[in-house]
Amino acid sequence: MQREGQIRIPSGCAISGIIDTSGKRMSGEQIIRSIAVMHDRSNGLGGGFAAYGIYPEYKDYYALHVFYDSSAAKKECEDFLERHFDIINLSKIPTRKIKEITDEPLIWRYFVTPLPTKLAESQLDEREFTAKCVFRVNTRIQDAYVFSSGKNMGVFKAVGFPEDVGRFYRLEDYEGWCFTAHGRYPTNTPGWWGGAHPFALLDYSVVHNGEISSYDANRRAIEMYGYKCTLQTDTEVITYIVDYLHRKKGLTLNEIAATIAAPFWQTIERMKPEEREAHEYLRTMFSGQLITGPFSIIVGFENGIMALNDRLKLRSMVVGEKDSRVYISSEESAIRIIEPNLDKVWSPKGGQPVIVHLTGGEAQ
Amino acid sequence: MNFLYPEYEIVRNYDKCISCRACERQCANEVHEFLADKNKMLCDDSKCVNCHRCCTLCPTHALKIVHSGNTYKTNANWSGKAINEIYKQADSGGVLLSSMGNPENYPVYFDKILLNASQVTNPSIDPLREPMETKVSLGAKPKKIERDKNGRLINNLPPQISLSMPMMFSAMSYGSISYNAHESLARAAKELGIVYNTGEGGLHEDFYKFGENTIVQVASGRFGVHPQYLNSGVAIEIKMGQGAKPGIGGHLPGTKILGDISRTRMIPEGTDAISPAPHHDIYSIEDLRQLVYSLKEATDYKKPVIVKIAAVHNVTAIASGIARSGADIIAIDGFRGGTGAAPTRIRDHVGIPIELALASVDKRLRDEGIRDNVSLVVCGSIRSSADIVKAVALGADCVYIGSAALIAMGCHLCRSCHSGKCNWGIATQFPELTKRLNPDIGYKRLVNLFGAWQHEIEEIMGGMGINSIESLKGNRLMLRGIGLNEKELEILGIKHAGE
Repeated sequence: MQREGQIRIPSGCAISGIIDTSGKRMSGEQIIRSIAVMHDRSNGLGGGFAAYGIYPEYKDYYALHVFYDSSAAKKECEDFLERHFDIINLSKIPTRKIKEITDEPLIWRYFVTPLPTKLAESQLDEREFTAKCVFRVNTRIQDAYVFSSGKNMGVFKAVGFPEDVGRFYRLEDYEGWCFTAHGRYPTNTPGWWGGAHPFALLDYSVVHNGEISSYDANRRAIEMYGYKCTLQTDTEVITYIVDYLHRKKGLTLNEIAATIAAPFWQTIERMKPEEREAHEYLRTMFSGQLITGPFSIIVGFENGIMALNDRLKLRSMVVGEKDSRVYISSEESAIRIIEPNLDKVWSPKGGQPVIVHLTGGEAQ
Repeated sequence: MNFLYPEYEIVRNYDKCISCRACERQCANEVHEFLADKNKMLCDDSKCVNCHRCCTLCPTHALKIVHSGNTYKTNANWSGKAINEIYKQADSGGVLLSSMGNPENYPVYFDKILLNASQVTNPSIDPLREPMETKVSLGAKPKKIERDKNGRLINNLPPQISLSMPMMFSAMSYGSISYNAHESLARAAKELGIVYNTGEGGLHEDFYKFGENTIVQVASGRFGVHPQYLNSGVAIEIKMGQGAKPGIGGHLPGTKILGDISRTRMIPEGTDAISPAPHHDIYSIEDLRQLVYSLKEATDYKKPVIVKIAAVHNVTAIASGIARSGADIIAIDGFRGGTGAAPTRIRDHVGIPIELALASVDKRLRDEGIRDNVSLVVCGSIRSSADIVKAVALGADCVYIGSAALIAMGCHLCRSCHSGKCNWGIATQFPELTKRLNPDIGYKRLVNLFGAWQHEIEEIMGGMGINSIESLKGNRLMLRGIGLNEKELEILGIKHAGE
């Protein structure tokens, strides 16, 4: 059996997300309850969470979450990390033994900051340096896989149903201002934890439901810019596209939405001249980053989230609001279970981004 | 004594023939003859080029053309063709000449590639219900975005060619084909929202009005090149090579250099128009860069520059050099590409298939991170909308279409363009023949063909769940090889069917 990355595995899914725009932190309990409602949209072959604002005491350090299949891989990876980073803290990620989750790898967490000498030598900025090191571990060190690398955020994922994955990682013990969740329905058995979602690079995390038809066009385009798609999943390539357009090209989130879920040319033609010119420019300049086929995604970043559907809205996605909280989910039921009395609930149109920023000042 | 026995035989059904003599009038090769005393039509098979003009025009369908069936003694090594060619050369002492694309039995990779469609995990999209986008933009993409002081994006794109579909008419010069053929192409390009290409014969003054839909070509002979010409189209193409005859120049005989053609080419009437094999100001890549920038200077950097090359063995290295030369677009012509005349040995034995050249070049430019420097246009030969979809999925931005356009206008691929006696009025300059191509009809047939292909592309894309051509470009997962070996699959960058 080939594992994720050696073969492309399409999958259906459930996604859910909660953000408190005031920056007030909540426990991971709610997101588990939300994703658990959509149990039937997963098949037990992958689940996971991204949590923002969970490491305030280490918020200036990159939190690397790493899977190891062997202690030799751990040694090799740690040697590499020590050569490139100052490791402030390292520990096993706390887990709970439950019968639903088995065959776990070694799961470690490192809080790191690039070594100033190495960083200067590389002539890269800090984030690019860190991203390059993550790619290096994931492509060069066998049996080691960095699956989370942002600041003050972390990804927790495994093979299993998402609610079991949440309990396994003791997600209720974490407090953050934003959580996203993913339940996976892959069409064959990956049996590898790295293949579960969310997928993350630096602060960017993506949960995704869909199967994009533009995959190989997107993959081959993004690989030209120094990314390496090791997992062959839609989520991975979407994460890299977001990172490329946002971090490297400096596009705004609205511009990113107008690129990856671009309006049709016939819609663009009817726009006012200035708006039309901007859209024509984005579609021409970044034609390789247009994504077609069904998707609904929640992108997490350092101070907010963006939810987006493909331009035909071929996947369900609902948004709800209550006070300072915004909920996004594949199904409304997954929102109602944790907040029955919503101020507002709606389905965004295809290609219409829902961008939610923290307004309550800096995240705690 | 002529050693050659006619390859084709004209079969006339005398029960149907009404001796109307249409065949006699239609055949510029003077195959048919009327015997008045017997009130009977006769034909000389040895003059027949099998262009089907007589069969098509015969009002009673009394004519058909079949293989004569005359065979030499069976020999697995010495084919009848090989023997006949020796007879021809022993007779004439000349280089064998041929026209149109390579007809030999080499693998056609497009026919060994299968397309994908959506089932269950993602939906196919119905082009009759949902928008389906085939618009493409050809040209270089800048490395960085720029913003004004208000943070708005500045349009810093270099000049682009905008097309309603990923298809253009490929270069065919005025001279090699007729005025009416050019008019048909120009008008069709305008109606379709695409472009045609002047080829190397300059641009007839009547056609400057189609400038928005014109690519002007600069070839080694520089015929008809002047500042107004360069500025008249949407792009300039430097022709370095042609798939039908890589490494070889062109030769339009003086007999075709008459009147308008002489004036358009800016050479005296009756002189041979000889395009040298190389450009004599381009002996290497650094010289090409100078010509690219000379042309950009002459046109105020408002026109993208295309460099067209033949697909030869080291096409990837050449393309890589061109992508760094300042050119905006690379056109690659495969070894099956058509021509008005080429030495047979060159046409049939030089160059490589476009599918392999395209796959290799696209990969190489991506590996080097310079794929955004240029758009890729491929040709030689694209025969159907399925070929176009496969070419785009392999990595092409657009295709050039030559032979198929000629066929749409009536060409029957008799491969005798070099004789100058095209009975369909396309590859000829004899007024009594050129008038047979009515541009009102010719242009309409081109519009029909491309419109039909566009519909088919939309259907195929919809089946894949793709609603924009950008998402098909380079999307090789949509392709599978059938009956290909490991090496071929590796070069094409695709998996085998069943994988």
